[in-house]
Amino acid sequence: MKPAAFDYVSPTRKSDVLALLAEHGQNARIIAGGQSLMAVLNMRMTQPKLLIDINRIDELHYIEPQKRHLAVGAGVRQAELLSWPGLAEAVPLLARAMPWIGHFQTRNRGTVCGSLAHADPSAELPLCLTTLGGEVVLESKRGRRTVVAEAFFQGILTTDRRPDELLTEVRFPMSQPGVEYRFNEIAMRHGDFAIVSLAAVIGADAIRLGVGGVADRPVARNLERDQDLAGALNETAWSLDAQDDVQATAAYRRQMVRELGKRLIEEGY
Amino acid sequence: MTIYQSLAVEDRPNRIGARTERVEDEALLRGLGRYGDDVATAPGTLHATVVRSPHAHARILSLNTEKALAMQGVHGVLTGADVARWTAPFAVGVRQPMEHWCVAIDKVRYAGEPVCVVIADNRYLAEDAADAIEVEYETLPVSVDPETAIEDTAPVLHEAVGSNVVNERHFRYGEPEQAFEQAPFRVSLKVKYPRSACTPMECYVVLAHYQSASGTYDVLSNFQGPYALHSVMARALKVSGNCLRLRTPPDSGGSFGIKQGVFPYIVMMGLASRKVGAPVKWVEDRLEHLQAASSATNRVTEIEAAVEPDGRVTALRYDQIDDCGAYLRAPEPATFYRMHGNLTGAYGIRHLLVRNRVVLTNKTPTGLNRGFGGPQVYFALERLMQRIAVELDLDPLEVIRRNLIPAGVFPYQAPAGALLDSGDYPAAVGQAVVDGGLAELLRRRDDARAEGRLYGIGYAAVVEPSISNMGYITAAMTPEERRKAGPKNGAVSTATITVGPLGDVSVHVSSTPQGQGHQTVVAQVVAEVLGVAFASIRVNVELDTQKDAWSIASGNYSSRFAGAVAGTVYRAAVAIRDRMALIAAGQLGVQAEAVRFADGKVFAEGANPMPFHRLAGAAHWAPATLPEHEGGGLRETAFWSPPELTAPGDDDRINSSLCYGFIFDFCGLEIDRVTGEIRLDRYVTMHDAGRLLNPALVDGQVRGAFAQGFGAALMEEFAYGSDGSFLSGTLADYLIPTAPEVIEPVILHMETPSPFTPLGAKGAGEGNNMSTPVCIANAVADALGCDDIRLPLTPSRVRGLIGIDEPEAPEHLKQSAEAPAIPGGSTLQASGSVSIPASPEQVFDSLLDPAVLAVIIPGCHQLELEGENSYCADVTIGVGLIRARFQARVKLSDLEPPHSLCLSGSGNSPMGSAQGRARIRLSSLEDGGTRLDYQYDAAVGGKIAAVGGRMLQGASRVIIGQIFSRLSQQVGGVAPQAGLWLRLKAWLNALISKGDES
Repeated sequence: MKPAAFDYVSPTRKSDVLALLAEHGQNARIIAGGQSLMAVLNMRMTQPKLLIDINRIDELHYIEPQKRHLAVGAGVRQAELLSWPGLAEAVPLLARAMPWIGHFQTRNRGTVCGSLAHADPSAELPLCLTTLGGEVVLESKRGRRTVVAEAFFQGILTTDRRPDELLTEVRFPMSQPGVEYRFNEIAMRHGDFAIVSLAAVIGADAIRLGVGGVADRPVARNLERDQDLAGALNETAWSLDAQDDVQATAAYRRQMVRELGKRLIEEGY
Repeated sequence: MTIYQSLAVEDRPNRIGARTERVEDEALLRGLGRYGDDVATAPGTLHATVVRSPHAHARILSLNTEKALAMQGVHGVLTGADVARWTAPFAVGVRQPMEHWCVAIDKVRYAGEPVCVVIADNRYLAEDAADAIEVEYETLPVSVDPETAIEDTAPVLHEAVGSNVVNERHFRYGEPEQAFEQAPFRVSLKVKYPRSACTPMECYVVLAHYQSASGTYDVLSNFQGPYALHSVMARALKVSGNCLRLRTPPDSGGSFGIKQGVFPYIVMMGLASRKVGAPVKWVEDRLEHLQAASSATNRVTEIEAAVEPDGRVTALRYDQIDDCGAYLRAPEPATFYRMHGNLTGAYGIRHLLVRNRVVLTNKTPTGLNRGFGGPQVYFALERLMQRIAVELDLDPLEVIRRNLIPAGVFPYQAPAGALLDSGDYPAAVGQAVVDGGLAELLRRRDDARAEGRLYGIGYAAVVEPSISNMGYITAAMTPEERRKAGPKNGAVSTATITVGPLGDVSVHVSSTPQGQGHQTVVAQVVAEVLGVAFASIRVNVELDTQKDAWSIASGNYSSRFAGAVAGTVYRAAVAIRDRMALIAAGQLGVQAEAVRFADGKVFAEGANPMPFHRLAGAAHWAPATLPEHEGGGLRETAFWSPPELTAPGDDDRINSSLCYGFIFDFCGLEIDRVTGEIRLDRYVTMHDAGRLLNPALVDGQVRGAFAQGFGAALMEEFAYGSDGSFLSGTLADYLIPTAPEVIEPVILHMETPSPFTPLGAKGAGEGNNMSTPVCIANAVADALGCDDIRLPLTPSRVRGLIGIDEPEAPEHLKQSAEAPAIPGGSTLQASGSVSIPASPEQVFDSLLDPAVLAVIIPGCHQLELEGENSYCADVTIGVGLIRARFQARVKLSDLEPPHSLCLSGSGNSPMGSAQGRARIRLSSLEDGGTRLDYQYDAAVGGKIAAVGGRMLQGASRVIIGQIFSRLSQQVGGVAPQAGLWLRLKAWLNALISKGDES
């Protein structure tokens, strides 16, 4: 379990990364925390020619509350964001969901943007971003664009990021007054890949329910408050094309969307 | 025999029976352990990597090593041809025309089977070269499920055998037919025990050096024994025993039986060293370990009891099928026979009928695993006892109690031959019920049920065998076959004690521990006998077959340490003490019997005490002063084999173990009705393991075994796809409980010393592996009132038992609801459709156009025509960051222009194999365009399947989807629509949420 040979660079400026990405594109791979990439590299399931380490780029290392959103740079570790004092007030959903990400040790290394760029369908951060309707910032030598979460996540490990782009920032919408944010997850052990994870944004007249671990990407649905909740949850459950795997059946996943979803919305856990 | 008489433990720190802290821990906790990978290697040592089969069953058509050999730093490739030239197949206890070699010769029979070994300057280069090895396979149909594999029509693994059933034996003890006939009730149950393994932190390590001058193999490995396998290895290498020098490193990072299975790799790496003429090192990685090291057997059991109205069982019938994987590997089929003598468990049942069938399937070969045979037997027997209670409307604890072997009848001979050495089972149960607080748990159950919650209580009573009879495996043979082969029995233990010229005491035992604390207990025993300071004793547990005392039973298995090895240490210490007493008697002027050893001194009443080191020194520095017949020097090696371990008789009775401990467990648990998650409320485990040499270490054994039993009950299973591909290749797929999941059990002890071991101790290392899975299963059965309990009890499975009353899919989602669901496997099926703005004729013709095909196949570097509508392609496919380069064959068939055709492909890459077939239907749309419907099935094997199971379904969908969206783009010149709609929708959502904000 040793990686194939690759070149390694560790630039200190974002512009150098963008230049390298423009030159190498598909053949280059960004490494930040390495919590997914290292395992995949060691198993030779990915064999980039060039590994670009962004850990030394100070300009990517920031947590900035803006008027409408909380901006988190690509250098920020999950543990840093989780222990950022303003988090529970600014983005309460993250404060609830992030303790479910892996373990203490993996959060110390793993970055917030790295998890988004990797786009594991069971991961908590893509689910939160999708449910909150946040966006990511992608930069390349050609310029800079923002993409909303629902357009960014395109399938299993697949995003709208182009080979020459770097995901430089994620923007989580700030919490709204009178809105409740809830999260729950079922996994075999705490920290495992979610079998089903649920994020709920509960407002005065609308509920937005995000589901992770079921479809090939996180999916969020808007449910009307006065709507038949059981029917809406059933429709959500069936719409995700749940699959059987070694840990859970598709029927179990659908049932968790229905019953845990109901519990989360009505009873708060 | 010298039997130790225990003294009061008070005021005797670090002596037998004390809760002495482990002497091993300081080094281990400070990172100063010396494991196999830490051992210094000779200059010029090369590194090996094993190329493994991605297929579960295939013929090897060709193996091309040319490109690999040409690569930088590569020294050689060990192939099946070398192995066939230099070795013989491994010997096994069942006579059948089946051959198992350390590297596949002509066929592979499980996914992960070694196909060749690449040896290079380092592991990186070796893995680079391994990727360049080209193997051509012809895949064969597989036998994966043991119940299907026994059928006449099943694909056969070993053609020469002609069947997958390689051993079948029937046993009859007492008058079982009569008992069943007369019984007022018969209760039966069919259970399946899954495949799992206790997972050591450290995987296999082999460091081999072939000495060409002498023709000897010098190997260091974290092998755990039994050393009977040394003979198997030497015979495979076609050398005499003294030409295979096998050594073990000072520390081993866990084994639990699994490191028995390193033995084929010891042979393999010996040959690899011979091939390249240099020392070769191999360290197994986690994927290799999970996929191909070893596992416990999965078993299918039909069990039936003849029962009296009060719940007493008069006869038992077992019909067992053990799935030993692709090869019967020594010591299999021992999983059956390790437990054979005590198949009636803790119960006084006198009539027994058994049918044992050993079946081979396309899975990893099985071997020793903590609890060996016990979890499988007790899962059937104790589930049956619970069923008897349910069916006869009795209290399950009462059913257990009424059947227990009574006190005062020990040693008790069980019908199949076990001579149960000691115990008081009813007293142990009684004490556990009181001290473990059963009454409170029963109250909690009542309260929970009154509130509509799901709460259950489970019980298990288990006899825990230890110190295996090396002859038990011959019970797999008929009495006639045994007579021909000659008797096998006993279990020889060894211990050597040396007292040096400075009075320093060194001990060697051939017990190859993997973290249990043998050094601590050995020092406790020796300190007690010789009266020297505990801390001054050095215990060496490395084993060198060329220099140390060992025998075939040496090693670490069947919980043999406390009873056999520590007992043999005691005998060696007594031998040294008796010699020293004779020397001292002369110097002190007393009789030898009057000499005592304590506090570093030797003394006798009426004489001045003498320092121990001075007396010891005399044996080295002044041999002329010694009594007659005393040769000087102080070293004693004791060998001990218990006479009770006799060979199986013509009546097929076998005393399969020397000692039999007793365990009684009960637990209470609650189940979440929604999620199906199990919360263990309390787990009580009562042990009678004879005399406890160090109760703290016994508690450690209980906690560890409990954690593993808990894992087996709730999480652990090696999953295989229906095509035999292995699906649990990472520790994110094969789940082991960690500290937060495992509760602290309530551990209780009772001590009934064994009359058969020198210290009265029995083994205690495996009990909870045997009792915990079924105890938890019984509690779940009690909570849910169901009888078909399958392990592991995952939330999904438990919720399935509670029942999922699923509302129907809304009308517009019906189609996806009907998509075929393939249970968690490597076989993938799905369907989809795209609209293409071109006529069906245009689309059809495009598919037959190689130029179009080359564009629409994702990552196609090259497409060469091989025959009509068949191509050879070089493609890189993947999703996200995961990519693999395949040499693929692509074929278009069943052409019905312009309505339908078939697109199929298959390929191999170092990451595994893939094959798939898509049926394509074209129909005209009103706007002149074409609707293309496709339905595909695909299968992947090898590494991709082993580590990517969670992603396969989604990934295959992405890749297949890419093909048809590219086709649409190519033919119609338009990008598919989905992305844009999503973007629009997301944009709308963003607008709405911004509206909220203002």
